[in-house]
Amino acid sequence: MNWQPATALELIEQTARTKSIVFDVPGWGRHRAGQHVDVRLTAEDGYQAQRSYSIASAPEDRQIELTVERIDDGEVSPYLADELRPGDEIELRGPIGGYFAWEEAPGTPVFLVGGGSGVVPLRAMLRHHRASASTVPVRLLYSARSLEDVIYRDELTAADRGDVRLTLTRRQPAGWSGYGRRVDRELVAEVCWPAAERPLVYVCGPTGFVEAVAGALVSLGHDAARIRTERFGPTGGETP
Amino acid sequence: MTRITRGFHGRRRPDVDPARVPPGQYVTQDFPVLSAGPTPHGSLDSWSFTIRGQVDQPHTWTWDEFQALPRETVTRDIHCVTKWSKLDTVWTGVSLDTLLEGVETSAEYVTAFSDGGYTTNLPLEDLTGGRAWIAFSYDGEPLHAEHGGPARLLVPHLYFWKSAKWVRGLELQLEDEPGFWEGYGYHNYGDPWREQRYAGD
Amino acid sequence: MTDSQALDGNAIAGTLAEVFGGDMTTAIGTCGHCGARGPVAEVVVYTRAPGVVVRCRACGGLLMVITQVHDVYCVDALGLVELQAPA
Repeated sequence: MNWQPATALELIEQTARTKSIVFDVPGWGRHRAGQHVDVRLTAEDGYQAQRSYSIASAPEDRQIELTVERIDDGEVSPYLADELRPGDEIELRGPIGGYFAWEEAPGTPVFLVGGGSGVVPLRAMLRHHRASASTVPVRLLYSARSLEDVIYRDELTAADRGDVRLTLTRRQPAGWSGYGRRVDRELVAEVCWPAAERPLVYVCGPTGFVEAVAGALVSLGHDAARIRTERFGPTGGETP
Repeated sequence: MTRITRGFHGRRRPDVDPARVPPGQYVTQDFPVLSAGPTPHGSLDSWSFTIRGQVDQPHTWTWDEFQALPRETVTRDIHCVTKWSKLDTVWTGVSLDTLLEGVETSAEYVTAFSDGGYTTNLPLEDLTGGRAWIAFSYDGEPLHAEHGGPARLLVPHLYFWKSAKWVRGLELQLEDEPGFWEGYGYHNYGDPWREQRYAGD
Repeated sequence: MTDSQALDGNAIAGTLAEVFGGDMTTAIGTCGHCGARGPVAEVVVYTRAPGVVVRCRACGGLLMVITQVHDVYCVDALGLVELQAPA
């Protein structure tokens, strides 16, 4: 696994705190939806910082896209979200992470649960699902603070978005008919397929969120071996 | 060859006198939290600090007894082996000179041990002469659990992994025994000014 | 053990790939302290330290410590009694 140069091509504002960056990576092979890359930055005085970011794009997309949440006292995310310009070069390593990856294959339903920036790898899975014309039932439960904090908002609220359930935990717009609370056992029970249907589940987000959701699923009878988890740490964004 | 990333400089770095910065270090203004395991949460009622091992009898203080000892407030620079340094940090604690007063021993080495199983070793001499404290306050406030509270060892002249968080005592020993990080390849002594990060440096 | 400050094995996938020569997130490890078995992706990981510290999710016991000493990776995996390569 070697570090390779990646050139920023395009920046896309997602929410006030998140930005997508499209990269050109010469020699990039095909990744699997859900995988991530390690990003490394080097200052002029030699100081280096490294963080992991989930790949937001599907394997079928032409270029790779990362989505970065700006962590206030972060080291790497403020650079990527605020300073990086098209044409700038960073180093990355990957794709990596075969455990938290989904590849289209006939099988049981797929349940995706994302908290905050945890939606990033799940969005890659949804895009792969669509691009591969998969007939496997897939459903996303996405928890965000408010509608303004929903990453990929247009995509996930579009008429053809597929089976996406949003829960807005702090603020809901007037006339909101979706969920309006933190993901708890009851919400999971309502939204997820019953354990008897043996869904394959992917849970991603802040560590506390993942623990709570995974725990709820197991208590509802889901097989722990069919629950894949990826924890982003306390802040939910920058994984050191 | 590693490429330089245009415009990246890490966290904002203050201008400092380079004479205060050991080789290879970068000065930071925040206080990174480093840990090898979960933060222990115990109650002060059950807290104690013990000096044991090569001594006539173990010396133990409860939290109340500890708080009754003479304390000092000191300002020191601290240097982490992961390359960050923080200058002018203010700590309040009990000097090891105070704690070791009246402790008779032929031991030359110490292993500091903590809640959660962490250990680190030092020469006994490095805990004396006003160079080490059991600190329970940082920056005027009770030491937060994530930074080692209720009390941690503070030995600023060595890399900060020697300043064991959640410290519960000292084992005085005739032989030197590598502690947690020392056993995984870090330097046995750890002088930042001689850049003694790893064994053999 | 639950520690909301900790990460999991996904966070060190790149490091493990460098050390072991490939993706280890689906490798199955057995804890030497309590016997728990599970994928490497599900271990408890502390990366904010002088080295990477890997603990068992079931019992908190130390499984692996990875340090980088002058560009050489040093891996101590004595806490694992078995590590089964990914299929």
